[in-house]
Amino acid sequence: MPTWVDDFLWAYSSFIYGLGVNAILGLSMYAVLALGQLSLGQAAFMGIGAYTSAVLTVKFGMPFPLVLCAAMAAPAIAATIIGVPTLRLTGIYLAMATIGFGEVMRILYINTDYIGGALGFSGIPEKAQGSIIFGLLAAILAGFLSATRSKLGRAFEAIREDEDAARAIGIHVTAYKFATLVISAALAGLAGALNAHFSSFIGPNEYGFDTAITILSFAILGGVTSPFGPVLGAFVLSALPEVLRPLHDFRLVFNGLIIVLVVIFLPRGILGFRVRRVG
Amino acid sequence: MSEPLLRVDAITCRFAGLVAVDDLSFAVASGTVHALIGPNGAGKTTLFNVISGLLKPNDGSIRYRDRDITLLRPHARVALGIGRTFQNLRVFGEMTVLENVLAGRHARLAASWPATVLRLNAARSEERAAVSRARELLRIVKLEDQAEQLASALAYGDQRRVEIARALATDPMLLLLDEPAAGMNPTETAALAELLRSLRGGGLTILLVEHDMNFVMGLCDHLTVLNFGRKIAEGRPSEIRVNPDVIGAYLGGPHRVQVQRNREGTA
Repeated sequence: MPTWVDDFLWAYSSFIYGLGVNAILGLSMYAVLALGQLSLGQAAFMGIGAYTSAVLTVKFGMPFPLVLCAAMAAPAIAATIIGVPTLRLTGIYLAMATIGFGEVMRILYINTDYIGGALGFSGIPEKAQGSIIFGLLAAILAGFLSATRSKLGRAFEAIREDEDAARAIGIHVTAYKFATLVISAALAGLAGALNAHFSSFIGPNEYGFDTAITILSFAILGGVTSPFGPVLGAFVLSALPEVLRPLHDFRLVFNGLIIVLVVIFLPRGILGFRVRRVG
Repeated sequence: MSEPLLRVDAITCRFAGLVAVDDLSFAVASGTVHALIGPNGAGKTTLFNVISGLLKPNDGSIRYRDRDITLLRPHARVALGIGRTFQNLRVFGEMTVLENVLAGRHARLAASWPATVLRLNAARSEERAAVSRARELLRIVKLEDQAEQLASALAYGDQRRVEIARALATDPMLLLLDEPAAGMNPTETAALAELLRSLRGGGLTILLVEHDMNFVMGLCDHLTVLNFGRKIAEGRPSEIRVNPDVIGAYLGGPHRVQVQRNREGTA
């Protein structure tokens, strides 16, 4: 490897790893939005994964693959508990329940000294290499693409467009909503664990409402007509602050402006092409 | 007559004080075309929602193929062979015509989700069979040339036929059609009647709601007439045509004032 590539990767590794983690978060959002569901709990699920993984690595010395599995299982269980009462209802109940859930978790982290309380949890070993992060991202993207191009993708789209019509052709709507919420929580947890294991520090305020909105905007910006949209959206929104560095304090204004313009002029996102749902 | 395919038994549905279906009972014999007719707001669509499971009745039961399905969820009823279309068009507009019909095949695709995502042989051969079945259904409803168009781009009458093909893709034994001829021109209506006759010839039982009386009278074997959620008459087309209660309900008479009063709630 030429030395400049090496230098570049060294200087920007955490930025590049962040792109991969954010793309996984974008896909976790895709899993619910593809069915017309709105979860604002992706940040909270991410936090559960991050804290679970940090504790298991630092306090119990568990091997990294097992840590990642546990970091997916813990938020999946939380999603099960939230999903059972809310998914039978249509409308904004899931969004409301997940917002509340995020706040509950944040306050729980702040008040638990075992995981560092308000000061956060530091000293997490840097075990998440680029190959692991981007390998998992590729596998997850391939999985979603395959699902979208099959009967599963048709069921997602049917539920998104018309729940009653979906029921009338034999789709178990509640089961699909439930399964995708659990999968999306597991993926957010995985992203949280990967993030914790390259930034080496996690804090209770990293998984609040603003993070939930950022994750949502990955998917909105990229578009959810195909799984590529949220990945591209995550790349663009994560890279923007770096690209816009010369604007200094106006960076976030620009960020918001771009999202507003996309929502107005490209309501299907910047990558609005559809995937053929036959396969 | 043998045991009917479908038996609606003393069904009652109330919405905030309004009784949409009132202690209604009738039976649909296997292999027949059975029509439900009645003025707007008579409770026909409500009854369809009860039979397909989208709405729970306040009282009464639904028996299908000799079992009580009153508490079964909609997807389980589709698996047992009850398919339906909707009065207001409910095609999936962002999917192609072919994908719409394939979506109707959902309940007949058995591959697990891991097998589907990993594209194992079982899932792939099942999907291939589903695609050829869907194309066959599109030929039957004469939409094979529009297979790759988005369903929302089709004309109204064509979208109705997409919905019928989608419902047929569920492999129904009993097909519920809610105003299938609405919005169709006379040529399309005649073609639809021909299609339904051939489906009946193939053993399908059809329960339909329709306002086009020429269409209904020329096609169906049996009629049930509703007014204000109650059955006011039942019989063969020739009997219904001369029934004074039916004429009263349609052309005005003692019921008319009540029709206007109740029109809003159940339309």
